[in-house]
Amino acid sequence: MRTIDRKLVRDLWAIKGQSLAIILVQAAGISLLVMSLGMIASLSQTMEAYYDRYRFGDVFASATRAPILTLLEIRAIDGVAAAEGRVVGGGLVDIPTIDAPVSASFVSLGEDPRSELNGVHIVQGRRPNPVRTDEVLVLNAFAEAVGLELGDTVSVVAYGKKRQFRMVGTALSPEFIYAIAPGAPTVDDDRFTIIWAPKEALEAAFDMDGAFNDLVVRLDRGAGEAEVTARIDRVLSPFGGRDAFGRNDQISNKFLTEELKQLRVMTFLMTPIFMGVTIFLLNVVIGRLVQTEREQIGLLKAFGYTDGEVGLHYAKFALILAFLGALVGWGGGLYLGRVITRVYQSYYSFPFLIFETDFRTAAYAFGLSLLGAGVGAFGAVRSAIGLQPAVAMRPPAPERFAKAGGIFGAVSKRLDGLTRMVLRQMTRRPVRAGTLILGIGAAMGLSVMMEFNRAAIGQILDVSFHVVDRSDLTVRFREPLHERVTLELGRLGGVRHVEAFRSVAVSFRHGTEEYLGGITGVDGQPRLNRIVDESLRDVVVPEEGLLISSSLSRLLGAEVGDVMTVEVREGRQPSLEIEIVGIMDAMIGTPAYMSRSAINRLLLEPGRVSGAYLASDSSALAALQRQMKEIPQLSNVSARSDVLTNFEELLEEGPGTFRTIMTLFAGLIAVGVVYNGARITFGERRYDLASLRVLGFTRAEASYVVTGEIMILVILALPVGALIGTLIWSYISVAMSNELYQVPTVWNPAGFGAAAIIVLLSGAVSVLMIRRDIGRLDMVSALKARD
Amino acid sequence: MPFVKARKKVERSPTASVSAAHVFETRGLTKTYGSGPSAVHALRGVDLEIKRGELIVLLGPSGSGKSTLLNILGGIDRGSEGEAFYEGSCLTSMTDRQLTNYRRHHVGFIFQFYNLMPSLTAEENVSLVAEVADDPLEPREALSMVGLGERAGHFPSELSGGEQQRVAIARAIAKNPNVLFCDEPTGALDSKTGITVLKVLADLNERLGTTVLIVTHAAATAAMADRVMHFSDGAIREIVRNVTKADPESIVW
Repeated sequence: MRTIDRKLVRDLWAIKGQSLAIILVQAAGISLLVMSLGMIASLSQTMEAYYDRYRFGDVFASATRAPILTLLEIRAIDGVAAAEGRVVGGGLVDIPTIDAPVSASFVSLGEDPRSELNGVHIVQGRRPNPVRTDEVLVLNAFAEAVGLELGDTVSVVAYGKKRQFRMVGTALSPEFIYAIAPGAPTVDDDRFTIIWAPKEALEAAFDMDGAFNDLVVRLDRGAGEAEVTARIDRVLSPFGGRDAFGRNDQISNKFLTEELKQLRVMTFLMTPIFMGVTIFLLNVVIGRLVQTEREQIGLLKAFGYTDGEVGLHYAKFALILAFLGALVGWGGGLYLGRVITRVYQSYYSFPFLIFETDFRTAAYAFGLSLLGAGVGAFGAVRSAIGLQPAVAMRPPAPERFAKAGGIFGAVSKRLDGLTRMVLRQMTRRPVRAGTLILGIGAAMGLSVMMEFNRAAIGQILDVSFHVVDRSDLTVRFREPLHERVTLELGRLGGVRHVEAFRSVAVSFRHGTEEYLGGITGVDGQPRLNRIVDESLRDVVVPEEGLLISSSLSRLLGAEVGDVMTVEVREGRQPSLEIEIVGIMDAMIGTPAYMSRSAINRLLLEPGRVSGAYLASDSSALAALQRQMKEIPQLSNVSARSDVLTNFEELLEEGPGTFRTIMTLFAGLIAVGVVYNGARITFGERRYDLASLRVLGFTRAEASYVVTGEIMILVILALPVGALIGTLIWSYISVAMSNELYQVPTVWNPAGFGAAAIIVLLSGAVSVLMIRRDIGRLDMVSALKARD
Repeated sequence: MPFVKARKKVERSPTASVSAAHVFETRGLTKTYGSGPSAVHALRGVDLEIKRGELIVLLGPSGSGKSTLLNILGGIDRGSEGEAFYEGSCLTSMTDRQLTNYRRHHVGFIFQFYNLMPSLTAEENVSLVAEVADDPLEPREALSMVGLGERAGHFPSELSGGEQQRVAIARAIAKNPNVLFCDEPTGALDSKTGITVLKVLADLNERLGTTVLIVTHAAATAAMADRVMHFSDGAIREIVRNVTKADPESIVW
């Protein structure tokens, strides 16, 4: 090792606290980068591989009942590589340990596992014997959640009939990576399952002999999806064929791609913040180093070291710190990646999901770190290069200060000497003060963002489960029933109130825009499942015409007064022209409402209901749910409290974990910036501090010269951080909102408070650390050593 | 003595014969840096007595222990062995807080490099200390005493070395100290400015009766002292009493 490099190592060691702080801040940023890039790569690669290996469809369609022969027609369409007709249907499963009936989707298996589309991956057991009509596969996560074992009997109600099946295996499928029940807000392992059975068995159960009601198509490479879907629609329309759709609208795939998009947004946002703070820190610390080592720089140059060698020497400081930061960050990223992978596995079912990083991620992590080091050290290195040996060896000119004028001067006169020192130091180096404020502000901003995220989630839950949904139980029927069913529901024990609704799956068309959604028909002013706008006021659904959410209006570019084409995707599938008579701000989803009688009239199905919200005595709830298991017309029963609990658990696991990580990192940034700032002020003020101590000032009084500055910087950083956080959050809430959920941009003063507490606590930790350093100050030696 | 409990002092050093007539008294005061064969003995058992109102010059080559003694008596360093008393209170057994209090209320310091706060003006540097003292002089008055009344609003960077040193003196005397410690007060000054500074010190000693201890290696300074203590190798080799004190203006170096 060259001697000059030995000096480098010792100098780094001498400022080890500061070096460590920089390394940790950098590592935090890099670990987030590695985690999210790795996660994006792992998720998308796993998804691609899984889709490919299990022949996940490119185009999907459903029909009421299409004869098997139509498949020949579909297979003949240009661009179709393979097509498979399946029988699917809803049902309820009776799990003795669970009060409520569990919703199930039945899906028929292909004849040949080697060629079946949307193939299944067997986790345990085996595929059902194709000639046995009682053997089924069950979604692995469900079997695990409710404790089903191979060979167990599963009682279901399907197509109005009670049946017994035997579970011979558990499985996964690319079609159900995100296995969400229709209408449910999120995955719920023990409340929804897929049941795969041989086609013959389901043909019998759902009365689909020689027919199919669900189509999966694989396209040739490069085939035009739009043309194929249009032709499929033509083939299937005589058989109740609904709009065929591509992968983009496939629900599981949609959630996954949204997840990937959000990960990208987070990476895009977080990386610059952490990079920026690291650059600030390097800039300040290396700058200070060059300043204190002026004489050494002069000496080196006097001995014949070139400007380049001296510049490189100081650049190496930054590069070594950045490299170490990247290295620690890499390790941290791998660890975080594993943690987050476990979180993802509770949302998404993959046969395997291994967090892996690739060369590209490494290149980003190390490349960005070193680039940041270069940028951060640039100014300091340039000034080291520019120092003339003779100038460098003279002590720096005495610091010049000036009195503040005007109102500041008047204020200054009223202050004590120590406070005046603090203020003059700060105003003498406005750039550094500004840099530190921005750095601490970044920490505050991150905390604000996380607090807003917590508040937004809280608000979504609160609105969804306390303001909007005030029912105890929601039931949905397999198909629309006559409204007298509500009377029967009302007669069940414990039911206090029944509120029926009609829901219709439709495709909205407006101009060239098209959106698959639904219309909810309600009676008067619903009380159990309220319709409210963004300010949580009840919205009155008009007697005639369509009331749509502003999110839907934006998607379709539709305004009040426009007439929209509504293609109904169930029953007789009429195409309706309905006028938009109102637009409301909905917080969740993209709803559209009509009066129930109006939509039923348009459908020519008077008096029909699709389901109902029930209010019941809480003591009767369990018994009521058990009774539901015996009602064959039901397709789904959910208790509000169960849905809420599940929702909260998932949010705790996912966003909660992420928030914990981010809050820790925000604290780390605050400590890193504050400690470095304090260390540097301490270094510069060492001599003054020693003098103050000699003059008889107590340790606390002397420390105030350093800590006072830090406290002022932290306090100034709070509003800056609040602004940064608000800006980031308003960007995120837009970038992360989608048709699945809108992230509310809540103005949340309490969030500022909580974020400020995190930053102030971190600041306090740094102040304590620096107080310890000041306590160790040796008056005699500090007075001898001048820099 | 608000900063030391007298009873405690007696308990700690029952053998010490302490006379409150002396501002300072040391008994076998030793200071050792490090240990074992590499130990450096800065002071090797110093015994001395300094009366109130004396002007003492401590003379000797670098490393002879004079600054170490000054630092211990001034309460910014501690002895390793032996005892040092200020007005009968044992400095060597004081807590950190007591020493801070001692420095705050009883002593003033003047250093070779002035040690002014660069961010405060001359007047503010003085009031910084006056604000925490018990019975301070008006900062303006203190500055006038060193002939700097006109320059009160200037920052240290706008003052010459001699002026800065005089601000340091004004700062030291503003708290009305009993003792003034001066470590090479003229070390960084040219002879003419140095003499101005020494005059101020002699004047203070004369007019206010402040005990003054000056550490220097400029032998000529000795002429202005009541007593001169010659240091070498961590010990006092000789104490010379001047029959007549010279006027600083007559000093040549």
